[in-house]
Formats: sequence, structure tokens, C-alpha cells
Amino acid sequence: MRYIEQEKVVRRMNGRMVVNRVFQGLFMFATALALLALVILLYRIVSQGAGHLSIDFLTNFASRFPDQAGIKAALVGSIWLMAVVAPTSILLGVGSAIYLEEYAKKGRITTFIQMNISNLAGVPSVVFGLLGLTIFVRALALGNSILAAGFTMSLLILPVIIVAAQEAIRSVPGELRDASYGMGATKWQTIVRIILPAAIPGILTGSILALSRAIGETAPLIVVGIPVIIQFLPEGVMDTFTALPMQIYDWSSRPQAEFQTVAAAGIIVLMVVLLFMNSIAVFIRNKFDKSY
Amino acid sequence: MNTATIKTKINTAQPTSVEQAEKESVYSTRQLNLWYGNNHALKNIDLEIGENEVTAIIGPSGCGKSTYLKTLNRMVELVPSVKTSGEIQYRGRNIFESSYGVEELRTRVGMVFQKPNPFPKSIYDNIAYGPRIHGIKNKKILDEIVEKSLRGAAIWDEVKDRLNENAYGISGGQQQRICIARTLAIEPDVILMDEPTSALDPISTLKIEELVQELKEQYSIIIVTHNMQQAARISDKTAFFLNGEVIEYDRTDAIFSNPADKRTEDYISGRFG
Repeated sequence: MRYIEQEKVVRRMNGRMVVNRVFQGLFMFATALALLALVILLYRIVSQGAGHLSIDFLTNFASRFPDQAGIKAALVGSIWLMAVVAPTSILLGVGSAIYLEEYAKKGRITTFIQMNISNLAGVPSVVFGLLGLTIFVRALALGNSILAAGFTMSLLILPVIIVAAQEAIRSVPGELRDASYGMGATKWQTIVRIILPAAIPGILTGSILALSRAIGETAPLIVVGIPVIIQFLPEGVMDTFTALPMQIYDWSSRPQAEFQTVAAAGIIVLMVVLLFMNSIAVFIRNKFDKSY
Repeated sequence: MNTATIKTKINTAQPTSVEQAEKESVYSTRQLNLWYGNNHALKNIDLEIGENEVTAIIGPSGCGKSTYLKTLNRMVELVPSVKTSGEIQYRGRNIFESSYGVEELRTRVGMVFQKPNPFPKSIYDNIAYGPRIHGIKNKKILDEIVEKSLRGAAIWDEVKDRLNENAYGISGGQQQRICIARTLAIEPDVILMDEPTSALDPISTLKIEELVQELKEQYSIIIVTHNMQQAARISDKTAFFLNGEVIEYDRTDAIFSNPADKRTEDYISGRFG
């Protein structure tokens, strides 16, 4: 007695092929829709803002005359911000990830911490802004400085970096740990010599993507009280500053139509910065990637 | 002098020892029990392991042979919720003593794993890893250790021109010999091997088996194997494990020609396992 009857199989074959095609088409449509939205967005921004792009736009401060408005303060401010956010968030994030993966005993408390970190990654950025306002701006009296905004942004992207670094550390094969411990290496020697070198592509890729998010965030900066119009460059981390998304937000909310083109030009600058950072991430992944 | 001889005599009087008079024992296990959570994985193990011998541990999957091997260098403690009782004396000192650091023990007792596990580094850096973590920085000394270890593992001629290439670029059998060389580089006293040929082809297996024969001149070797022919070919003593117990432990020729226990006979004649 055979359970699979060839006749039935043949009879049903057409129906199965149709369903197969339908789903293939559905998925292609979804991809095409997303691509289309992206293309329209890019076209609108570039066609509107490209005309305003010039060296002057990069070297001028903000102005109430659209044709003189430049992005210098915001661009430099964003770079300052990253100079605070990158070391703070990567050191804290990788440190936490190493602790959670290599040292912490798996138990209820670790599971609880883990769950909270994952949830924190989903908390709206404006909430982190309020936290930064309470702790850094007011309690620690850092004011609306680069340091206060940088710490706030670091908190915002910390969960993302921790999770990415944890995954990178976890993907280092256990056999390599065994080999190292088996030769009498201590935990610290194993982490520094084996685990971190193998995990670094994943850690850096995750960190740079998180930093890209930080450079585009507006809400926490507004809540922390970062000004928009600044006619000087910051000279230290205690100075106040403005950042690219703040400047763009301000321009786009002005009534004059000319400022819309200025905003579009600003968006192009921001996108170039983002693209540059993402390409660093891709470069690092390709350069350091080792297959196990 | 006299007290020493008396002590040896007392030791040889232990019922668990096998031919103790001839060779000193490296490891003496007494009443070892081990639990993974509630799973009683090793039950009342008593074993004496001799110096400069190859001791094979055979038995069906899940009988505790790998667990026992990993207990000898305390790698088993990397598994959470492991509990042990009883003692294992290594060269006269209980390895479970709180003053005995695992790092110190593992410098004396090297381990070769089931799957070749070189580091994603150059061949040179793989071999130099052990000496480096133990504080050797002098390039000349490292060079000597690397050459000596690779020669010891009979792979020097195959890799001497590509020491700076990644160890992932060579074949699985070569990788396993690199791992053996890496273990030799810490100048161990005992080498534990956990099914070192199970992932290799027959020719590579043969090379490793020949190597084991050479290495036992200088090292005491304990090898876990699934392959009974391998145990018969290369070992001096064989322990048969079943369900966490040692069923029989004797000279390899005795075990294979004239097993004392019915279960040993059934296993080595292929009736189960």
C-alpha cells in the first residue's frame, strides 16, 4: 500500500505552482514598493536642494536670508557630538556586553537585565531626552552643552550597541574559548586575545550603525534645549552647539518657501554624512571578516 | 628512601590499581561522582592512570567518557550546574583543592579536542599562543618553541614555509596536528585527547595514531575514542565506561582478547553501542 498516489500529485501540481508564483510576485511587489518610496524621496530632496549646495553653504553660519544661510555651525556641532557619543557609548556598550556574555551567571537577574536592555532599545528617543534633561542638564548642571547632549545620545544608543556586541561575542565559536582555557589562559586573556579580535567586525558594524542613528536624532536635542541659531563654533565640550537635524528641522518649519530648498540642501549633507558612516561600517566588516 | 618505598607499596596494595609496580601513576581517581544538575553522569569512578602510557577510554555515546576526560583538567566546570564529589590526585595533589588554580593545572595537562579548533590566526601565532599567555615574549625563544612543537607533532615539514598563513587555510587533518603542536608548546606532562580523529579522514587518522605512539615516549596520553580498533591499535590500557561507571579497566590486549565482564565483551564484539 502506498500513501502517495502519483495521479493525485499530478492533478494538484498546477494549483501548487500557481500559489508558488503568487507569493513570489507578492514579495517582489513589497520590495519594489519600498524601493519606489526611497527613489521618490531621494529625487524630491536632490531636485529641491541640489541648487542650493555650494562651498558657501558649508562654510556659512545660519542666516535669516535664505541665500546666505549655511550649515557650518550644525556640521561642526554634529562632529563634536559624535566625538563625545562614540567613545562613551562604545566603551560602556562593549563593556556591558562582555560582562553579560562572559562573566554574569545565567539566572533570573541576568534574564531580567537582558529583557530590560532589549526593551530600552524600543523606548522613544524623546523619553531619553527627558532623562538627559533631568540628569545631565539639571542635576549634574552641565547645561545645554555638547557633553550633556552627548551623554543623552549615548544612553539612547547604548542598548543597540550592547545587543549588537553581545551577538558578535556570542557568535565566536565555543571551541575557540575551550582551546584557550584548555591551555591555561585566564578569562581576561581569552577575552582580549581570542574573543574580542574575533568579535570586532560585528561590534564595530553595530556601533557605527547606532552612531548613524544618533547623528540623525532630533527629539532628544530639542528636549535637552539645544539652540538652533548659533553664530560661533564650539571650542570645548562644555560649550553649547547645534546639530544637523536641529538646523534642518528649523529651516523646514520656516514660512518662506526659499528655506525649503535650504532644508533640502541640509538633508543632502546629512545623508552624505550617514552614507559615509555606513560605508565605513561595510568596509570594516569586509576587511576584518573571518569565516570560522 | 625507606618511607618512599613503603608508600609505594601501600599504593600498590590498592585493589583498583593495575600493574602499579611497573610505572608511577599520573592520575589517581578515587570515588569520583559528577552530576550535571540532577543527572548523575559519573558514578564512583576509581582509576589509576600510568605515566608514559596511552590510556584509552571507550564506551557508547553518553556513557560519561568525555565528561571524565574533561574532569581531569577541570574543563567540565565551564558547564554551569556541575557538581563533583570524591577526588582526583594529579601527581599526588587533589585537583579539586581550592588552592589549586585551574590555569596551573591546565598548563600541566594539555587538551586536544574532537573538532580541530585552531584560532583564526597564523600558524605561528597559534603555536605561540600558549607560551605567550604564560609570559614568554622573546622572539627567539618563541621561534624555537614553535619549531620544536611543530616537529613534535610531525607537521613541521608541511608548514615550515607557510608559518604566517592563516591556520584555516590548511586541511582538517593538518589543523588537528597544529592543535596537537599547540598543546605541545605549553610543554605539558599529560595530553588529553577527546576523540581527536572523529572528524578526520582515514589517512589523517593514521597519521595522528602514529603521532600518539611517538608522543607517549615523553607524555602520558589519555584518549577518548569511539573507535574500538583505534583503542586496540594505539593504547596500553583501556577503560570501558557504561552509564557513568567503569565496567572494566585492564591492559588493552587483555580487554580485547579476554574481557572479564559480559558487558565489555558485548560492546567490543559490536553487539551494542
